[in-house]
Amino acid sequence: MEFIQFGKKTPMKIKINKYLKKPMYNIMFFICSVFNIILIPNYLFASGSAMHSPIEQFVVKTILEIKDPFFGFDISFTNASLFMVLASIVPLTILGFGVRAAETVPGKLQAISEMIFEFVENLLLENTGDSGRPYFSFIFTLFLLVLFGNLLGMLPYSYTFTSQIIITFFMAIVIFLSVTIIGIARHGFGFLSLFLPSGTPLVLQPLLFVIELISYCIRPISLSVRLFANMLAGHTLLKVFGGLAVMLIGSGSVFLAPVAVLPIAAIIGMTALEVLVAVLQAYVFTVLTCIYLNDALNLHH
Amino acid sequence: METEAAKLIAAGLAVAPLLGAAVGLGVLFSGIVNSMARNPSMSGELRAIAFLYFALVEATGLFGLVVAFLILFAF
Repeated sequence: MEFIQFGKKTPMKIKINKYLKKPMYNIMFFICSVFNIILIPNYLFASGSAMHSPIEQFVVKTILEIKDPFFGFDISFTNASLFMVLASIVPLTILGFGVRAAETVPGKLQAISEMIFEFVENLLLENTGDSGRPYFSFIFTLFLLVLFGNLLGMLPYSYTFTSQIIITFFMAIVIFLSVTIIGIARHGFGFLSLFLPSGTPLVLQPLLFVIELISYCIRPISLSVRLFANMLAGHTLLKVFGGLAVMLIGSGSVFLAPVAVLPIAAIIGMTALEVLVAVLQAYVFTVLTCIYLNDALNLHH
Repeated sequence: METEAAKLIAAGLAVAPLLGAAVGLGVLFSGIVNSMARNPSMSGELRAIAFLYFALVEATGLFGLVVAFLILFAF
């Protein structure tokens, strides 16, 4: 496997082009989403007759039914898969068009793509130092996928695939396992010293080891539930207020119908907050991945 | 019928952690505002830190919300 490596002085155009020429991780997520591998236990909220409830937006609908011929798994192409495909195509398109007509004075698309690229690069280098450079393309892909998944979900009638726990958990478990493997490959048994802060009294060492081990193993759960809960809660809240407005208008009362202005105003404010949260959660997801990576790469500070 | 009522009550109780998240956010932002007032030249860096921790603190409250959803829809 070949990593993308570049120094600090490499021009942005060459860096982005190099990234676009090796879309390994994008292709990986693409395959996962098309074949719905990580959505096998879907239909979480599909049961019951909760039509027009705030939860209805999270129902996984099948677009194209496919049955796995070997094991009989349901690998249908669903609306979640569709938006995962979109979330991997849209950023690649923006980057591609932004770099194609690269000029010294950047246009809009080029400015956006360079800004995102530079932002993630700085984020990674700040957290891990130079040893994190080989993992840049993975971090960048992860950030783009989560960011565009969240932002595409903000469009009306679209689907937020990050509001499915199985998808975020899949991402988190991939990060957790790969970080652990990187740590063990780099440090061998020395990796265990991650669980033992230096300067601990001998009496406390076994207890602290267990605590640190548990807090390490809980990482994929907290990482995935953080993203999933934020998206779920935000979108549910928007729909609850929307339903309230519809109910007030539909009541037919002269006194109640004008009150519907309040929930509609609240929706406008909350949409702004949700866009902020969408960007913020993508940022936090990436930062925490970088921090975990740093733990595995640089054991002793 | 009684289990239905118990479910609703439990779901209501399960969102109580949001109170803690609210207090936490208040403490966080009061600290940020204080330090910005003391050292305005740091405000750019502080804002980045504030947003990171805003997301981290908010998430703890939302765990409770997820439990409420689980109680309502998964059982």
